[in-house]
Amino acid sequence: MRSDDLRAALRGIPDPDWLVAALAGVAAQPSAITRFFPAVGRRCGRADLPDLPGWTADEAARALLLANLPAEHAERAEALYRTGDAAEKRAVLKALPLLPIGAAGVPLLHDALRTNDTRLIAAALGPYAAHLDASTWRQAVLKCVFTGVPLAVVADLDARADGELAVMLAGLAAERQAAGRNMPDDATALLDRLTAGSQPHHREA
Amino acid sequence: MRIFDPHIHMTSRTTDDYERMAAAGVQAIVEPAFWLGQPRTNVGSFTDYFDSLVGWEPFRAGQFGIRHHATVALNPKEANDPRCRPVLDVLPRYLEKDGVVAVGEIGYDSMTPEEDAAFAAQLALAVAHDLPALVHTPHRDKARGVDRTLAVVAESGIEPGRVVVDHLNEVTVKQVRDTGCWLGFSIYPDTKMSPPRMVELLKAYGTERMLVNSAADWGRSDPLLTRATGEAMLAAGFTDEDVDRVLWRNPIEFYGQSGRLDLSDGDGAEATFAGNSILRGGG
Repeated sequence: MRSDDLRAALRGIPDPDWLVAALAGVAAQPSAITRFFPAVGRRCGRADLPDLPGWTADEAARALLLANLPAEHAERAEALYRTGDAAEKRAVLKALPLLPIGAAGVPLLHDALRTNDTRLIAAALGPYAAHLDASTWRQAVLKCVFTGVPLAVVADLDARADGELAVMLAGLAAERQAAGRNMPDDATALLDRLTAGSQPHHREA
Repeated sequence: MRIFDPHIHMTSRTTDDYERMAAAGVQAIVEPAFWLGQPRTNVGSFTDYFDSLVGWEPFRAGQFGIRHHATVALNPKEANDPRCRPVLDVLPRYLEKDGVVAVGEIGYDSMTPEEDAAFAAQLALAVAHDLPALVHTPHRDKARGVDRTLAVVAESGIEPGRVVVDHLNEVTVKQVRDTGCWLGFSIYPDTKMSPPRMVELLKAYGTERMLVNSAADWGRSDPLLTRATGEAMLAAGFTDEDVDRVLWRNPIEFYGQSGRLDLSDGDGAEATFAGNSILRGGG
């Protein structure tokens, strides 16, 4: 995902001139982003972008605004996240992998993963979640299963899922089974993939 | 029966209430910022609350298909506490949020000079941010409080049609009606207004500019009294059309003036709403 992809996918929005002006505005005067950012949904719409699966128009436009800043991306992203409504927070989370900030955005992922807002949890588990440590990442995947977030939103799921995650998923599956409840199909499938070919392990009580 | 509750404090209600409200026909709500019962002592306590009104509560409501909007303000009671008054400085950033459709609740509690200052300052914020205003009226000394409220509203220069004066009753309805402001009625057990009394007011004054809300909160209150009022209207001979106007179209007309109502996933996606709000919101 690059800024050019976002820009191309946003061609059909209702008020493209506003976005062009806003992008130029933040490039020239970075502090202006605090004024543009909350208005994006009203100006660019909130519909799914047909050419960019998983992104809505407001998310993509906000990510572009952040990417268009000349400097201080990490500080601006954090401030916009901290003062943002749920849609603004979600857009900041999705923008993180586009920004030249290294791992500076990780505290924002931690904040999002502490919430029970499934939209924030999902947005925190995109490509930028590569910066999460293994323990945090496993807990986040398990939280997806718990809160009904489809595992398809988790970037690099199979590459990163490990034996420890399999143990955790098996534990949840056992609890669900004891309670007469089902595991989501995608979690069962992941557990099957993780344990295929290995010995069934014994879980401690 | 489709219902838009234009004043309900869901922060103080359970998720079960959302479920019951959705089953009763509530499809959209406005949650005004208010006094939480326990006095707050610092600005951060307010910003966490406002963040919830544009974050967690819309998510909770959305799980039941209910569209959640908010109004944000420093309420009259806490405007008297010098530790809380700097809340006025953080309001502008919230008044730019998508889900914030008015400044409120503002107005009077005890009619102090501090309340005068906060009320006037926040009416000015409504004008500056091109938003309507939700004005609370005092529960004590109400008739004189309403007079004073209307004087401050008139002095502020805000257009009367962009102001709702809330918690009205038989004694205060006429003085507000004559100003061109919208009239809010809180159907609240014992203290404010009941469905049968509301029906009598609608018979006497008609359905124009009338807003019926539950104002349900942490007190002894009931989020389904909007529905009960609609049923009482039908039993008294009002038509489905009348009920729809009071419980659905009137709140949309009033809060649609913000340009920020978004009912696109609900029944509100009809042309009248789109013409009224979505186009304005995009402009």
